[in-house]
Amino acid sequence: MELVNPGTGLVLWTLITFLIVLFLLRKFAWAPIVDALKQRESFIEDSLSAAENAKKEMANLKAENERLIDEAKVERDKIIKEANAAAKRIVEEANADASKEAQKRIEEARVAINTEKQAALAEVKTQVAELSVKVAEKLMRHELSSEASQKALVQDYIKDLNVN
Amino acid sequence: MKIIEKARSFPKQLKISIFALLVLLAVGAPSFAADGGEDEGFSAGDMILHHIADAHEWHFFDGAYGTLYLPVIVYSEEHGLDIFSSSNFYNEAHELVPYNGYIMDHGHIVAEDGAELLDLSITKNVASMFLSAIIMLIVFVSIANRYKKKTMEAPKGLQSFLEPIIMFVRDEIAIPNIGPKYARFLPFLLTLFFFIWINNLLGLLPGAANVTGNIAVTLVLAAIVLVITLASGTKTYWGHIFNTPGVPWWLKTVLPIMPLVEFIGIFTKPFSLMVRLFANITAGHIIILSLFSLIFIFESVAIGPVSVAFATFMYFLELFVALLQAYIFTLLAAMYFGGAVEEHHHDEEHVDPETEKALV
Repeated sequence: MELVNPGTGLVLWTLITFLIVLFLLRKFAWAPIVDALKQRESFIEDSLSAAENAKKEMANLKAENERLIDEAKVERDKIIKEANAAAKRIVEEANADASKEAQKRIEEARVAINTEKQAALAEVKTQVAELSVKVAEKLMRHELSSEASQKALVQDYIKDLNVN
Repeated sequence: MKIIEKARSFPKQLKISIFALLVLLAVGAPSFAADGGEDEGFSAGDMILHHIADAHEWHFFDGAYGTLYLPVIVYSEEHGLDIFSSSNFYNEAHELVPYNGYIMDHGHIVAEDGAELLDLSITKNVASMFLSAIIMLIVFVSIANRYKKKTMEAPKGLQSFLEPIIMFVRDEIAIPNIGPKYARFLPFLLTLFFFIWINNLLGLLPGAANVTGNIAVTLVLAAIVLVITLASGTKTYWGHIFNTPGVPWWLKTVLPIMPLVEFIGIFTKPFSLMVRLFANITAGHIIILSLFSLIFIFESVAIGPVSVAFATFMYFLELFVALLQAYIFTLLAAMYFGGAVEEHHHDEEHVDPETEKALV
Protein backbone atom coordinates (compact mmCIF):
# COMPACT_ATOMS: atom_id res chain seq x y z
CA MET A 1 0.00 0.00 0.00
CA GLU A 2 3.04 2.19 0.44
CA LEU A 3 3.13 2.51 -3.35
CA VAL A 4 -0.36 4.00 -3.74
CA ASN A 5 -0.23 6.20 -0.64
CA PRO A 6 0.66 9.74 -1.70
CA GLY A 7 3.07 11.43 0.70
CA THR A 8 2.03 14.90 1.89
CA GLY A 9 5.50 16.35 1.49
CA LEU A 10 5.85 15.19 -2.11
CA VAL A 11 2.34 16.43 -2.96
CA LEU A 12 3.21 19.85 -1.61
CA TRP A 13 6.60 20.04 -3.31
CA THR A 14 5.18 18.83 -6.61
CA LEU A 15 2.44 21.44 -6.47
CA ILE A 16 4.91 24.22 -5.67
CA THR A 17 7.49 23.10 -8.25
CA PHE A 18 4.98 22.56 -11.02
CA LEU A 19 3.22 25.87 -10.46
CA ILE A 20 6.51 27.80 -10.34
CA VAL A 21 7.74 26.07 -13.50
CA LEU A 22 4.38 26.74 -15.17
CA PHE A 23 4.44 30.40 -14.17
CA LEU A 24 8.05 31.00 -15.21
CA LEU A 25 7.84 29.07 -18.46
CA ARG A 26 4.53 30.69 -19.35
CA LYS A 27 6.05 34.12 -18.93
CA PHE A 28 9.59 33.63 -20.17
CA ALA A 29 9.37 30.72 -22.59
CA TRP A 30 5.95 29.83 -23.96
CA ALA A 31 4.79 33.39 -24.60
CA PRO A 32 7.80 34.38 -26.75
CA ILE A 33 8.02 30.95 -28.40
CA VAL A 34 4.35 30.76 -29.33
CA ASP A 35 4.37 34.37 -30.51
CA ALA A 36 7.49 33.83 -32.55
CA LEU A 37 6.06 30.69 -34.13
CA LYS A 38 2.86 32.51 -35.04
CA GLN A 39 4.82 35.45 -36.40
CA ARG A 40 7.08 33.23 -38.43
CA GLU A 41 4.15 31.25 -39.79
CA SER A 42 2.33 34.37 -40.92
CA PHE A 43 5.58 35.70 -42.38
CA ILE A 44 6.08 32.48 -44.35
CA GLU A 45 2.47 32.55 -45.49
CA ASP A 46 2.78 36.18 -46.60
CA SER A 47 6.04 35.46 -48.37
CA LEU A 48 4.52 32.53 -50.20
CA SER A 49 1.51 34.51 -51.33
CA ALA A 50 3.80 37.40 -52.33
CA ALA A 51 5.91 34.97 -54.36
CA GLU A 52 2.74 33.62 -55.94
CA ASN A 53 1.64 37.15 -56.84
CA ALA A 54 5.06 37.98 -58.24
CA LYS A 55 4.89 34.83 -60.34
CA LYS A 56 1.49 35.83 -61.67
CA GLU A 57 2.72 39.33 -62.40
CA MET A 58 5.74 37.91 -64.19
CA ALA A 59 3.48 35.74 -66.29
CA ASN A 60 1.33 38.78 -67.09
CA LEU A 61 4.38 40.82 -68.03
CA LYS A 62 5.67 38.02 -70.20
CA ALA A 63 2.35 37.70 -71.96
CA GLU A 64 2.29 41.47 -72.48
CA ASN A 65 5.82 41.41 -73.86
CA GLU A 66 4.97 38.61 -76.22
CA ARG A 67 1.93 40.47 -77.40
CA LEU A 68 4.03 43.58 -78.02
CA ILE A 69 6.66 41.57 -79.86
CA ASP A 70 3.97 39.92 -82.00
CA GLU A 71 2.44 43.29 -82.80
CA ALA A 72 5.84 44.68 -83.70
CA LYS A 73 6.48 41.71 -85.97
CA VAL A 74 3.17 42.22 -87.75
CA GLU A 75 3.93 45.92 -88.11
CA ARG A 76 7.37 45.19 -89.47
CA ASP A 77 6.03 42.67 -91.98
CA LYS A 78 3.45 45.19 -93.10
CA ILE A 79 6.05 47.92 -93.51
CA ILE A 80 8.37 45.63 -95.45
CA LYS A 81 5.52 44.55 -97.69
CA GLU A 82 4.52 48.11 -98.34
CA ALA A 83 8.11 49.11 -99.00
CA ASN A 84 8.51 46.22 -101.41
CA ALA A 85 5.34 47.19 -103.21
CA ALA A 86 6.44 50.82 -103.37
CA ALA A 87 9.83 49.88 -104.72
CA LYS A 88 8.28 47.64 -107.34
CA ARG A 89 5.88 50.33 -108.32
CA ILE A 90 8.66 52.89 -108.62
CA VAL A 91 10.76 50.54 -110.72
CA GLU A 92 7.79 49.80 -112.92
CA GLU A 93 6.97 53.43 -113.29
CA ALA A 94 10.56 54.20 -114.12
CA ASN A 95 10.62 51.39 -116.65
CA ALA A 96 7.39 52.58 -118.19
CA ASP A 97 8.68 56.14 -118.39
CA ALA A 98 11.94 55.02 -119.91
CA SER A 99 10.26 52.89 -122.54
CA LYS A 100 7.83 55.70 -123.36
CA GLU A 101 10.70 58.12 -123.72
CA ALA A 102 12.57 55.68 -125.84
CA GLN A 103 9.48 55.12 -127.99
CA LYS A 104 9.05 58.83 -128.31
CA ARG A 105 12.71 59.28 -129.32
CA ILE A 106 12.45 56.46 -131.75
CA GLU A 107 9.26 57.98 -133.17
CA GLU A 108 10.90 61.34 -133.44
CA ALA A 109 13.92 59.80 -135.03
CA ARG A 110 11.68 57.97 -137.48
CA VAL A 111 9.82 61.13 -138.33
CA ALA A 112 13.08 62.97 -138.78
CA ILE A 113 14.46 60.16 -140.89
CA ASN A 114 11.28 60.13 -142.98
CA THR A 115 11.37 63.88 -143.39
CA GLU A 116 15.00 63.69 -144.37
CA LYS A 117 14.23 60.84 -146.68
CA GLN A 118 11.36 62.69 -148.29
CA ALA A 119 13.50 65.74 -148.65
CA ALA A 120 16.31 63.66 -150.07
CA LEU A 121 13.91 61.87 -152.40
CA ALA A 122 12.39 65.16 -153.48
CA GLU A 123 15.79 66.52 -154.18
CA VAL A 124 16.75 63.35 -156.00
CA LYS A 125 13.52 63.65 -158.01
CA THR A 126 14.17 67.26 -158.80
CA GLN A 127 17.65 66.46 -159.82
CA VAL A 128 16.45 63.42 -161.82
CA ALA A 129 13.82 65.62 -163.48
CA GLU A 130 16.40 68.25 -164.21
CA LEU A 131 18.75 65.60 -165.45
CA SER A 132 15.95 64.02 -167.48
CA VAL A 133 14.96 67.35 -168.93
CA LYS A 134 18.55 68.04 -169.70
CA VAL A 135 18.93 64.52 -171.17
CA ALA A 136 15.66 64.94 -173.06
CA GLU A 137 16.71 68.35 -174.24
CA LYS A 138 19.97 66.99 -175.43
CA LEU A 139 18.17 63.94 -176.92
CA MET A 140 15.56 66.06 -178.49
CA ARG A 141 18.10 68.40 -179.86
CA HIS A 142 19.80 65.39 -181.26
CA GLU A 143 16.66 63.42 -182.44
CA LEU A 144 14.53 66.19 -183.75
CA SER A 145 17.22 67.55 -185.84
CA SER A 146 15.67 65.75 -188.86
CA GLU A 147 12.23 66.10 -190.33
CA ALA A 148 11.49 62.47 -190.32
CA SER A 149 12.11 61.95 -186.72
CA GLN A 150 9.95 64.93 -185.86
CA LYS A 151 7.14 63.38 -187.84
CA ALA A 152 7.55 59.97 -186.21
CA LEU A 153 7.32 61.57 -182.85
CA VAL A 154 4.16 63.37 -183.70
CA GLN A 155 2.83 60.16 -184.99
CA ASP A 156 3.55 58.47 -181.74
CA TYR A 157 1.74 61.15 -179.80
CA ILE A 158 -1.27 60.89 -181.95
CA LYS A 159 -1.28 57.13 -181.54
CA ASP A 160 -1.31 57.54 -177.83
CA LEU A 161 -4.12 60.02 -178.10
CA ASN A 162 -6.21 57.56 -179.99
CA VAL A 163 -5.86 54.99 -177.35
CA ASN A 164 -7.01 57.42 -174.79
CA MET B 1 31.49 -30.25 -27.22
CA LYS B 2 31.19 -27.79 -24.38
CA ILE B 3 30.05 -25.06 -26.69
CA ILE B 4 27.36 -27.32 -28.14
CA GLU B 5 26.15 -28.23 -24.67
CA LYS B 6 26.02 -24.61 -23.70
CA ALA B 7 24.15 -23.75 -26.83
CA ARG B 8 21.69 -26.51 -26.11
CA SER B 9 21.15 -25.39 -22.54
CA PHE B 10 20.65 -21.80 -23.56
CA PRO B 11 17.01 -22.15 -24.63
CA LYS B 12 16.34 -23.96 -21.40
CA GLN B 13 17.74 -21.05 -19.45
CA LEU B 14 15.70 -18.69 -21.54
CA LYS B 15 12.58 -20.68 -20.73
CA ILE B 16 13.43 -20.66 -17.05
CA SER B 17 13.99 -16.93 -17.10
CA ILE B 18 10.69 -16.27 -18.87
CA PHE B 19 8.96 -18.56 -16.41
CA ALA B 20 10.61 -16.81 -13.51
CA LEU B 21 9.58 -13.47 -14.93
CA LEU B 22 5.99 -14.59 -15.24
CA VAL B 23 6.00 -15.93 -11.71
CA LEU B 24 7.52 -12.73 -10.49
CA LEU B 25 4.90 -10.63 -12.20
CA ALA B 26 2.02 -12.93 -11.29
CA VAL B 27 2.86 -13.45 -7.67
CA GLY B 28 3.91 -9.85 -7.31
CA ALA B 29 6.52 -8.12 -5.33
CA PRO B 30 5.14 -8.67 -1.80
CA SER B 31 5.53 -12.45 -1.99
CA PHE B 32 9.19 -12.01 -2.79
CA ALA B 33 9.47 -9.70 0.14
CA ALA B 34 8.05 -12.44 2.31
CA ASP B 35 10.48 -14.99 0.88
CA GLY B 36 13.37 -12.66 1.48
CA GLY B 37 12.48 -12.35 5.12
CA GLU B 38 12.82 -16.09 5.65
CA ASP B 39 16.25 -16.89 4.31
CA GLU B 40 17.82 -13.44 4.89
CA GLY B 41 19.26 -13.53 1.34
CA PHE B 42 18.51 -11.38 -1.66
CA SER B 43 14.91 -10.23 -1.84
CA ALA B 44 13.82 -8.99 -5.25
CA GLY B 45 10.59 -7.55 -3.88
CA ASP B 46 12.37 -5.50 -1.23
CA MET B 47 14.97 -4.33 -3.72
CA ILE B 48 12.36 -3.32 -6.29
CA LEU B 49 10.10 -1.57 -3.83
CA HIS B 50 13.09 0.20 -2.34
CA HIS B 51 14.11 1.41 -5.81
CA ILE B 52 10.75 2.70 -6.91
CA ALA B 53 9.92 4.27 -3.54
CA ASP B 54 10.90 7.73 -2.42
CA ALA B 55 13.92 8.12 -0.10
CA HIS B 56 15.57 10.69 2.12
CA GLU B 57 18.95 10.13 0.54
CA TRP B 58 20.05 9.75 -3.05
CA HIS B 59 21.96 6.50 -3.32
CA PHE B 60 24.15 6.23 -6.42
CA PHE B 61 26.52 3.44 -5.39
CA ASP B 62 27.76 1.79 -2.22
CA GLY B 63 30.75 3.34 -0.51
CA ALA B 64 31.82 6.49 1.25
CA TYR B 65 30.84 9.00 -1.43
CA GLY B 66 28.10 7.07 -3.20
CA THR B 67 25.22 8.61 -1.33
CA LEU B 68 23.89 12.15 -1.42
CA TYR B 69 22.18 12.92 1.88
CA LEU B 70 19.18 15.18 1.35
CA PRO B 71 17.76 17.67 3.83
CA VAL B 72 15.00 16.52 6.17
CA ILE B 73 12.27 19.02 6.99
CA VAL B 74 9.77 17.87 9.59
CA TYR B 75 7.09 19.78 11.41
CA SER B 76 5.02 18.77 14.40
CA GLU B 77 3.02 20.70 16.95
CA GLU B 78 5.12 19.23 19.75
CA HIS B 79 8.61 19.74 18.29
CA GLY B 80 8.07 22.62 15.91
CA LEU B 81 9.99 22.86 12.67
CA ASP B 82 13.20 20.84 12.37
CA ILE B 83 15.62 20.94 9.46
CA PHE B 84 18.67 18.68 9.34
CA SER B 85 20.60 16.41 7.01
CA SER B 86 19.42 12.83 6.60
CA SER B 87 23.04 11.75 7.15
CA ASN B 88 22.36 12.21 10.87
CA PHE B 89 20.35 8.99 10.79
CA TYR B 90 23.44 6.96 9.88
CA ASN B 91 26.51 6.19 11.98
CA GLU B 92 30.00 5.38 10.66
CA ALA B 93 29.03 1.80 9.92
CA HIS B 94 26.06 3.02 7.87
CA GLU B 95 23.58 1.74 10.43
CA LEU B 96 20.37 3.55 11.24
CA VAL B 97 20.43 5.51 14.49
CA PRO B 98 17.84 7.82 16.07
CA TYR B 99 18.53 11.52 15.83
CA ASN B 100 17.08 14.42 17.81
CA GLY B 101 14.02 12.43 18.80
CA TYR B 102 13.33 11.17 15.27
CA ILE B 103 13.72 7.65 13.91
CA MET B 104 14.11 6.53 10.31
CA ASP B 105 11.75 3.60 9.98
CA HIS B 106 11.69 1.88 6.56
CA GLY B 107 12.34 5.16 4.79
CA HIS B 108 9.83 7.09 6.89
CA ILE B 109 10.65 9.54 9.62
CA VAL B 110 8.67 9.07 12.82
CA ALA B 111 8.94 10.78 16.17
CA GLU B 112 10.17 8.70 19.11
CA ASP B 113 7.37 9.99 21.28
CA GLY B 114 4.76 9.14 18.68
CA ALA B 115 3.92 12.76 17.81
CA GLU B 116 2.25 13.27 14.45
CA LEU B 117 4.79 14.55 11.94
CA LEU B 118 4.40 16.52 8.77
CA ASP B 119 7.29 15.39 6.56
CA LEU B 120 8.22 18.15 4.12
CA SER B 121 11.70 16.81 3.40
CA ILE B 122 13.51 17.38 0.16
CA THR B 123 13.37 13.73 -0.77
CA LYS B 124 14.95 11.99 -3.73
CA ASN B 125 11.84 12.60 -5.82
CA VAL B 126 11.66 16.26 -4.83
CA ALA B 127 15.35 16.75 -5.62
CA SER B 128 14.96 15.01 -8.97
CA MET B 129 11.90 17.14 -9.73
CA PHE B 130 13.87 20.29 -8.90
CA LEU B 131 16.54 19.07 -11.31
CA SER B 132 13.95 18.56 -14.04
CA ALA B 133 12.48 22.01 -13.30
CA ILE B 134 15.93 23.59 -13.64
CA ILE B 135 16.57 21.69 -16.88
CA MET B 136 13.22 22.84 -18.27
CA LEU B 137 13.79 26.45 -17.29
CA ILE B 138 17.31 26.56 -18.73
CA VAL B 139 16.36 24.80 -21.95
CA PHE B 140 13.15 26.64 -22.72
CA VAL B 141 14.19 30.10 -21.58
CA SER B 142 17.37 29.80 -23.66
CA ILE B 143 15.50 28.76 -26.79
CA ALA B 144 12.88 31.42 -26.07
CA ASN B 145 15.65 34.01 -26.18
CA ARG B 146 16.64 32.83 -29.62
CA TYR B 147 13.02 33.07 -30.69
CA LYS B 148 12.93 36.63 -29.42
CA LYS B 149 16.17 37.69 -31.09
CA LYS B 150 15.94 35.81 -34.36
CA THR B 151 12.25 35.32 -34.89
CA MET B 152 12.36 34.89 -38.65
CA GLU B 153 15.40 32.66 -38.82
CA ALA B 154 15.33 28.91 -39.21
CA PRO B 155 15.58 27.03 -35.88
CA LYS B 156 19.00 25.81 -34.85
CA GLY B 157 20.36 23.12 -32.52
CA LEU B 158 18.14 22.33 -29.55
CA GLN B 159 15.55 24.72 -30.90
CA SER B 160 15.13 22.69 -34.08
CA PHE B 161 14.65 19.55 -31.96
CA LEU B 162 12.04 21.10 -29.67
CA GLU B 163 10.17 23.24 -32.18
CA PRO B 164 8.41 20.30 -33.91
CA ILE B 165 7.40 18.95 -30.50
CA ILE B 166 6.04 22.32 -29.39
CA MET B 167 4.18 22.59 -32.68
CA PHE B 168 2.91 19.04 -32.29
CA VAL B 169 1.45 19.88 -28.87
CA ARG B 170 -0.15 22.97 -30.35
CA ASP B 171 -1.37 21.59 -33.69
CA GLU B 172 -2.16 17.97 -32.81
CA ILE B 173 -3.14 18.16 -29.14
CA ALA B 174 -4.39 21.65 -28.25
CA ILE B 175 -6.10 22.91 -31.42
CA PRO B 176 -8.05 19.78 -32.48
CA ASN B 177 -9.28 18.98 -28.97
CA ILE B 178 -9.93 22.41 -27.49
CA GLY B 179 -10.82 24.42 -30.55
CA PRO B 180 -10.50 28.17 -31.02
CA LYS B 181 -9.96 28.81 -27.28
CA TYR B 182 -6.82 26.72 -27.23
CA ALA B 183 -4.40 29.60 -26.61
CA ARG B 184 -5.49 29.92 -22.98
CA PHE B 185 -4.52 26.32 -22.23
CA LEU B 186 -1.45 26.00 -24.43
CA PRO B 187 1.16 27.12 -21.84
CA PHE B 188 -0.22 24.62 -19.34
CA LEU B 189 -0.34 21.79 -21.87
CA LEU B 190 3.22 22.49 -23.02
CA THR B 191 4.51 22.63 -19.44
CA LEU B 192 2.60 19.45 -18.57
CA PHE B 193 3.89 17.57 -21.60
CA PHE B 194 7.53 18.47 -21.10
CA PHE B 195 7.34 18.09 -17.30
CA ILE B 196 6.04 14.54 -17.60
CA TRP B 197 8.32 13.62 -20.48
CA ILE B 198 11.52 14.96 -18.90
CA ASN B 199 10.70 13.37 -15.55
CA ASN B 200 9.90 10.08 -17.28
CA LEU B 201 13.25 10.18 -19.06
CA LEU B 202 15.16 11.22 -15.94
CA GLY B 203 13.51 8.30 -14.14
CA LEU B 204 15.04 5.90 -16.65
CA LEU B 205 18.59 6.91 -15.80
CA PRO B 206 20.35 4.43 -13.51
CA GLY B 207 20.21 5.62 -9.92
CA ALA B 208 17.58 8.23 -10.71
CA ALA B 209 14.36 8.85 -8.84
CA ASN B 210 11.00 7.50 -9.94
CA VAL B 211 9.18 10.82 -9.99
CA THR B 212 6.32 10.22 -12.43
CA GLY B 213 5.95 6.71 -11.04
CA ASN B 214 5.01 8.18 -7.69
CA ILE B 215 1.31 8.57 -7.07
CA ALA B 216 1.76 11.86 -5.20
CA VAL B 217 3.19 13.51 -8.31
CA THR B 218 0.53 12.16 -10.66
CA LEU B 219 -2.12 13.08 -8.09
CA VAL B 220 -1.04 16.71 -8.16
CA LEU B 221 -0.88 16.83 -11.96
CA ALA B 222 -4.33 15.25 -12.26
CA ALA B 223 -5.71 17.59 -9.57
CA ILE B 224 -4.44 20.63 -11.47
CA VAL B 225 -6.13 19.31 -14.62
CA LEU B 226 -9.35 18.87 -12.63
CA VAL B 227 -9.17 22.38 -11.18
CA ILE B 228 -8.55 23.96 -14.59
CA THR B 229 -11.39 21.91 -16.14
CA LEU B 230 -13.85 22.96 -13.45
CA ALA B 231 -12.69 26.59 -13.47
CA SER B 232 -13.14 26.91 -17.24
CA GLY B 233 -16.41 24.96 -17.43
CA THR B 234 -19.08 26.80 -19.43
CA LYS B 235 -22.84 26.67 -19.04
CA THR B 236 -22.94 23.94 -21.70
CA TYR B 237 -20.47 21.87 -19.69
CA TRP B 238 -22.43 22.05 -16.46
CA GLY B 239 -25.64 21.56 -18.41
CA HIS B 240 -24.23 18.34 -19.83
CA ILE B 241 -23.50 17.10 -16.33
CA PHE B 242 -26.66 18.03 -14.41
CA ASN B 243 -29.11 18.18 -17.29
CA THR B 244 -27.71 15.79 -19.85
CA PRO B 245 -29.44 16.26 -23.20
CA GLY B 246 -31.16 13.26 -24.74
CA VAL B 247 -31.82 11.53 -21.41
CA PRO B 248 -35.39 10.77 -20.21
CA TRP B 249 -36.58 13.36 -17.67
CA TRP B 250 -37.26 10.84 -14.92
CA LEU B 251 -33.59 9.74 -14.96
CA LYS B 252 -32.70 13.31 -14.07
CA THR B 253 -35.34 14.15 -11.47
CA VAL B 254 -37.17 11.16 -10.00
CA LEU B 255 -34.27 8.77 -10.25
CA PRO B 256 -31.20 11.03 -10.68
CA ILE B 257 -28.84 8.38 -12.02
CA MET B 258 -27.51 10.41 -14.94
CA PRO B 259 -26.48 13.49 -12.96
CA LEU B 260 -24.88 11.20 -10.39
CA VAL B 261 -22.94 9.27 -13.02
CA GLU B 262 -21.91 12.45 -14.76
CA PHE B 263 -20.89 14.01 -11.46
CA ILE B 264 -18.74 11.00 -10.59
CA GLY B 265 -17.37 11.24 -14.14
CA ILE B 266 -15.89 14.64 -13.29
CA PHE B 267 -13.58 12.93 -10.82
CA THR B 268 -12.98 9.59 -12.54
CA LYS B 269 -11.43 11.34 -15.53
CA PRO B 270 -8.52 12.92 -13.63
CA PHE B 271 -8.37 9.83 -11.43
CA SER B 272 -7.70 7.74 -14.52
CA LEU B 273 -5.00 10.24 -15.53
CA MET B 274 -3.37 9.82 -12.14
CA VAL B 275 -3.44 6.03 -12.14
CA ARG B 276 -2.46 5.63 -15.80
CA LEU B 277 0.76 7.60 -15.56
CA PHE B 278 1.69 6.19 -12.16
CA ALA B 279 0.99 2.58 -13.15
CA ASN B 280 2.70 2.74 -16.53
CA ILE B 281 5.92 4.23 -15.24
CA THR B 282 6.03 2.11 -12.10
CA ALA B 283 5.32 -1.06 -14.06
CA GLY B 284 8.16 -0.30 -16.45
CA HIS B 285 10.55 0.18 -13.55
CA ILE B 286 9.35 -3.00 -11.85
CA ILE B 287 9.85 -5.05 -15.01
CA ILE B 288 13.38 -3.78 -15.60
CA LEU B 289 14.33 -4.26 -11.95
CA SER B 290 12.75 -7.74 -11.97
CA LEU B 291 14.82 -8.71 -14.98
CA PHE B 292 17.98 -7.69 -13.18
CA SER B 293 16.81 -9.41 -10.01
CA LEU B 294 16.75 -12.70 -11.92
CA ILE B 295 20.55 -12.67 -11.98
CA PHE B 296 20.64 -12.55 -8.19
CA ILE B 297 17.73 -14.96 -7.70
CA PHE B 298 19.39 -17.62 -9.85
CA GLU B 299 22.85 -16.66 -8.58
CA SER B 300 24.15 -17.47 -12.03
CA VAL B 301 26.32 -15.56 -14.50
CA ALA B 302 24.64 -17.42 -17.34
CA ILE B 303 21.38 -15.62 -16.72
CA GLY B 304 23.17 -12.26 -17.03
CA PRO B 305 23.10 -11.96 -20.83
CA VAL B 306 19.45 -13.02 -20.88
CA SER B 307 18.50 -10.41 -18.31
CA VAL B 308 20.54 -7.78 -20.10
CA ALA B 309 18.91 -8.63 -23.43
CA PHE B 310 15.42 -8.43 -21.99
CA ALA B 311 16.20 -5.31 -19.99
CA THR B 312 17.66 -3.60 -23.06
CA PHE B 313 14.49 -4.37 -24.94
CA MET B 314 12.44 -3.06 -22.02
CA TYR B 315 14.55 0.08 -21.90
CA PHE B 316 13.74 0.87 -25.51
CA LEU B 317 10.09 0.19 -24.78
CA GLU B 318 10.27 2.46 -21.74
CA LEU B 319 11.85 5.24 -23.78
CA PHE B 320 8.81 5.02 -26.01
CA VAL B 321 6.42 4.75 -23.07
CA ALA B 322 8.01 7.86 -21.52
CA LEU B 323 6.97 9.86 -24.57
CA LEU B 324 3.68 8.05 -25.07
CA GLN B 325 2.48 8.63 -21.52
CA ALA B 326 3.41 12.30 -21.66
CA TYR B 327 1.42 12.51 -24.90
CA ILE B 328 -1.61 10.65 -23.54
CA PHE B 329 -1.73 12.64 -20.33
CA THR B 330 -1.54 15.91 -22.27
CA LEU B 331 -3.99 14.74 -24.92
CA LEU B 332 -6.61 13.67 -22.39
CA ALA B 333 -6.14 16.87 -20.38
CA ALA B 334 -6.72 18.80 -23.63
CA MET B 335 -9.87 16.74 -24.29
CA TYR B 336 -11.22 17.51 -20.83
CA PHE B 337 -10.50 21.21 -21.33
CA GLY B 338 -12.12 21.02 -24.74
CA GLY B 339 -15.24 19.50 -23.21
CA ALA B 340 -15.28 22.20 -20.54
CA VAL B 341 -15.05 25.17 -22.90
CA GLU B 342 -17.30 23.78 -25.64
CA GLU B 343 -20.16 26.15 -26.36
CA HIS B 344 -22.47 24.09 -28.51
CA HIS B 345 -23.32 20.48 -28.75
CA HIS B 346 -21.19 18.59 -31.23
CA ASP B 347 -20.96 14.99 -32.24
CA GLU B 348 -17.31 15.01 -31.24
CA GLU B 349 -18.22 14.67 -27.61
CA HIS B 350 -19.67 11.25 -28.22
CA VAL B 351 -16.44 10.18 -29.84
CA ASP B 352 -14.31 11.28 -26.93
CA PRO B 353 -15.03 8.41 -24.52
CA GLU B 354 -14.23 5.86 -27.23
CA THR B 355 -10.96 7.52 -28.07
CA GLU B 356 -10.22 7.59 -24.40
CA LYS B 357 -10.95 3.91 -24.03
CA ALA B 358 -8.71 3.09 -26.98
CA LEU B 359 -5.89 4.99 -25.38
CA VAL B 360 -6.24 3.27 -22.02
